[in-house]
Amino acid sequence: MQVTSDEALIGRIATGDKVAMQVLFARHHVRVYRFVLRLVRDQTKAEDLISEVFLDVWRQAGKFEARSAVSTWLLAIARYKALSALRRRPDEELDDEAAAAIEDPGDDPEVALEKKDKGEILRKCLTALSPEHREIIDLVYYHEKSVEEVAEIVGIPENTVKTRMFYARKRLSELLKAAGVDRGWP
Amino acid sequence: MMTRNQTEREEIEALLPWHAAGTLSRRDAQRVEAAIEEDRDLARQFELVREELSETIHLNETLGAPSARAMEKLLAGIEAEPRRRRRSFDLAAFIGERLTVFSPRTLAWSATAAVLAIVLQAGLIAGLYLGEPGSESPAAFRTASAPTRSFAPAGSYALIGFTAQASAADVTKFLEAHKAAIVDGPKPGGLYRIRLAQAALPKSDLAAIVKQMQDESKIVRFVAATE
Repeated sequence: MQVTSDEALIGRIATGDKVAMQVLFARHHVRVYRFVLRLVRDQTKAEDLISEVFLDVWRQAGKFEARSAVSTWLLAIARYKALSALRRRPDEELDDEAAAAIEDPGDDPEVALEKKDKGEILRKCLTALSPEHREIIDLVYYHEKSVEEVAEIVGIPENTVKTRMFYARKRLSELLKAAGVDRGWP
Repeated sequence: MMTRNQTEREEIEALLPWHAAGTLSRRDAQRVEAAIEEDRDLARQFELVREELSETIHLNETLGAPSARAMEKLLAGIEAEPRRRRRSFDLAAFIGERLTVFSPRTLAWSATAAVLAIVLQAGLIAGLYLGEPGSESPAAFRTASAPTRSFAPAGSYALIGFTAQASAADVTKFLEAHKAAIVDGPKPGGLYRIRLAQAALPKSDLAAIVKQMQDESKIVRFVAATE
């Protein structure tokens, strides 16, 4: 079976093909939604934002030059929209203050430890990371983006991508240690 | 055992997350793999990375999916957009899309055939030019039949325009159903010249085919027989 490539779908969308738009949406909307949700932490807002992301695709499809994967392009638009929704400039880095402002409503790491589930503690600590660190971890581990693609989505140099990922992991280890799980690193 | 310097080790350590996700180039993946085999600390850290990767996927998968509202809002947004000027059919996209289904080997043979066709065509054009009556070129050579020879290809043709909503797939299917092929275009007005048959059909047959095509109004906005 021949599956239409994302690039071919974008070509059709550029000519006004609504069915191609629906196919592209069906193919990517869940991942884009999860990426946005992890940033804005509001389901309704995240749903609104993904509609806007794909509406931008509808408008801009003719300008897509296929220098990057369509999924990378989608995440870059989504990130811009999410940051705008958080009333931040897109090139401004997310900080710990923003993390505090959108604190995860769930248990803190200490409470989670009581559940004696290392995986669950790890997941709690992942949600406790700053948005900047959470974002890079999601892009690398969940969205399977290469160093170059993360650099393109986040708008930072490739070396910064690597160091940011390293510090995100280091921070994760610190949070785990504070929650009673010493991984022996760093 | 080879000793890696600190800088190289740090560089490889930084790549571990991408190695776990399988998004490194083959060269970098081989470097990291070799380092992991030699360095127990790196191997241990790689296990931590794999643990993080697994839980990150788990966490994201528990986030659920958006409701149908997102798609409805998108479609409403598209409907509210000003109607864009668009070409009813993009020949370049159409050809590009069809080419993607062929293997590189097939494409290579096609390209060779195309080059030969171009060379042959160039030869014919040059021959026509050189053989033009009145040409003073010493190379001008004419056979007795040259002045009356016609290079117009035989066959039956039509001019056609596709509707805005016709996708490339619709057009492909339509052309296949009618055993037609695009031979020229787009011309002004977004029209294409299509070949309906290799031979010159009787007028009545041609009219019947054109009528059948006209009936497919979802795909065809205009069609008329032509020379």
